[in-house]
Amino acid sequence: MKHLSRYRRHRFAAPALILAALFTLGTTFSLASALPNKAHAEATSQSTLVAEGKQIFARGCSSCHGLNAEGGSIAPSLIGVGSASVDFQVGTGRMPMADMSQQAMRKKPVYNEQETAALAAYVASLAPGPASVTNESLTWERDGSVADGGQLFRTNCAMCHNFAAQGGALTLGKYAPSLMGSEPKQIYEAMITGPQSMPVFSDKTITPAEKLSIIKWIKAAQSEPSLGGASLGRVGPVTEGLLVWTLGLGLLVGVAVWLASKAR
Amino acid sequence: MSVKDRAVGGLANYVDERTGAAKWLKKNLTKVFPDHWSFMLGEIALYSFIILLLTGTFLTFWFDPSQREVIYNGNYAPLSQVHMSAAYASTLRISFEIRGGLLMRQIHHWAALIFMAAIVVHLLRVFFTGAFRKPREFNWLIGVGLLTLGIVEGFLGYSLPDDLLSGTGIRIAEAILQAIPVVGSYLAFFAFGGPFPGTAFIPRIYTVHVLLLPGIFLGLITIHLMLVWYQKHTQYPGPGRTEKNVVGYPLMPVYMAKAGGFFFIVFGVTAFLGAVASINPIWLYGPYTPGQISAGSQPDWYMGWLDGLVRMSPPLETHAFGHTISWNIMIPGLILPGILFTGMALYPFIESWITGDKREHHLLDRPRNAPNRTALGVMSLTFMIIALINGGNDIIATHFHLTINQIMWFTRFGLFILPPIAFVITKRLCLSLQRADRELVLHGRETGRLLMMPSGEFVEVHEPISPEKAWTLTQHLQPAALTVAPEDANGVRNPSGIKGKIRARLSQAHAEQIPVPTESEQKELEGGHH
Repeated sequence: MKHLSRYRRHRFAAPALILAALFTLGTTFSLASALPNKAHAEATSQSTLVAEGKQIFARGCSSCHGLNAEGGSIAPSLIGVGSASVDFQVGTGRMPMADMSQQAMRKKPVYNEQETAALAAYVASLAPGPASVTNESLTWERDGSVADGGQLFRTNCAMCHNFAAQGGALTLGKYAPSLMGSEPKQIYEAMITGPQSMPVFSDKTITPAEKLSIIKWIKAAQSEPSLGGASLGRVGPVTEGLLVWTLGLGLLVGVAVWLASKAR
Repeated sequence: MSVKDRAVGGLANYVDERTGAAKWLKKNLTKVFPDHWSFMLGEIALYSFIILLLTGTFLTFWFDPSQREVIYNGNYAPLSQVHMSAAYASTLRISFEIRGGLLMRQIHHWAALIFMAAIVVHLLRVFFTGAFRKPREFNWLIGVGLLTLGIVEGFLGYSLPDDLLSGTGIRIAEAILQAIPVVGSYLAFFAFGGPFPGTAFIPRIYTVHVLLLPGIFLGLITIHLMLVWYQKHTQYPGPGRTEKNVVGYPLMPVYMAKAGGFFFIVFGVTAFLGAVASINPIWLYGPYTPGQISAGSQPDWYMGWLDGLVRMSPPLETHAFGHTISWNIMIPGLILPGILFTGMALYPFIESWITGDKREHHLLDRPRNAPNRTALGVMSLTFMIIALINGGNDIIATHFHLTINQIMWFTRFGLFILPPIAFVITKRLCLSLQRADRELVLHGRETGRLLMMPSGEFVEVHEPISPEKAWTLTQHLQPAALTVAPEDANGVRNPSGIKGKIRARLSQAHAEQIPVPTESEQKELEGGHH
């Protein structure tokens, strides 16, 4: 350092130091400010998504749910329901409702993925709530256990959705739907938001790992082969009784009539 | 005589000299049976019973009737490492690891459903044709016994695999047992060897299912058939058929061939169902644990009416002296079935009391000729079907987009309103059919040919029916109404009192018929203005 200190009284020393200091400061500042800049851009795109969602909401949802999602006489408030709820209800086509029946039916979605995301972002911006998930973020294929899922399903879900996830009746025309067409993220979101008559299964009741096992079991049930022949809808003995009285006894009585008819 | 004939003759002679079978066989192989398809319904039940014995025996080779807890490590992956009873695990093994096991299980279950259905249609045939009348009342009682035991036997079979559905059924059976006032809870403890579910119940019902009840069935079926043999089969009325003869074909060879062939057809249809249609897929239900239940849990169809009655019953309970009386279970689960089955068993005696008919009957009634009985049968059937509909109310609700509450209220009211309506409609229909018969006998068949009279009037040409047909339509006797005078000639009051009045009233209802054309009426017409 000695040979450097010789130049400390040099006439260019001060300007050089200032330059160096300015350069460091500038670089640091520009580097530091680069990150907030990106975040700022994201915030901007998020706010455009929210704005877009707000527009869609005003057009498609506000007549029932109110202009600010505050709810009305025929529809609940959506403040605090979170993006998961919106993703489930809109993504499965249940919302917007086709008619004022007991329960919103699963149907072809009215809004595409982008519009659904916008609506979800808008509703999530009103107050915090359960956040939506994506199919990719659910690692049920790797982490879940079918056998555990089956046990959990039979304990928590089968009482309404039936032992083979075919759905079942509730009171006054409400029903637990069949899960045969449900996607993993929809199943997950239904568990954390409790749509319609369904209770919320919080992460304390059923842990996220257990939720993955349930999803894995439902996916297995969706592709469960019909091992004993025609499945008869997997709704229990009612269809079996129907088949016995129609096809079974029909064939046998038919044969009896044939056997007793006079030979011609 | 060929060598073969001599050998067969020799063998037959050898057996006959030692058993004296020839005389007995000669007499009985030529026994005549009448021919009608409705006489083969009971046969369906008999053959299903044989199928049940055969397939059931196969299943016992691998079924382990134990509630011992095991950890499953068999072929069915979705249940891998799940804790379950040995009964359930062995049923899974029969279904997936024993060659032909699933097919046998399915044939066994389908055969059970067909068995019960065949018993019911056979019973309906016997009821609507009056085949239960003297001298066949005992056989009717045996039949009602077989039906009742069939329901119990079927339910026990449904309960054995210890899957989620069967355990749910056992839980309901326990509730019905507990609903018996005062002793109910003791009986339940006795049956289960302690609190529900315990480990004793499945081994116990296994013994009853494979030993006791099949034994009783074999005994009752044997007596049932021996009585048919001894009393001879009833026949439909027709020319040449009387109360004293049987018109038909001999057992050997006609019925040997028909009945033998029919057995294989019943076996074939049952095996076909077992091969193409899944029944009671126990692997989907999962093992039974009292904390679990599935939506749409149902009993098999022959208990569906009972489930339906329990489902529609309002929540009535009485608390008295530290006891709870659960009317909501006791009325639909015990009292109503008790009344229904007792009434059914006693019906032959009740009808004979009402009509005062103590004669022997070997010729069957055409249902229209006994309007009151036919109407009563349709009324009971309506009651059962409404109860059965409510038994499947949740499945009906989801599949037809109805609400469970609507179905329940419909059946609650329907149970009381629709059967009487069915009674009235059926009785009117029967009387109308009688009128049509009378018309047919007196005025002949409408030919559809129109004739123009010289005066310009159009008339339809009627063609007289054959004497055979006319005989069939007019041969039956119509019951006369009993009259019970309130006082006899000396002014002494009839001691039968209100009972006599009820009997007279019922007898009048039975006697309400369209008069059969008399011989003179027919003669007059033959002499003919038509």
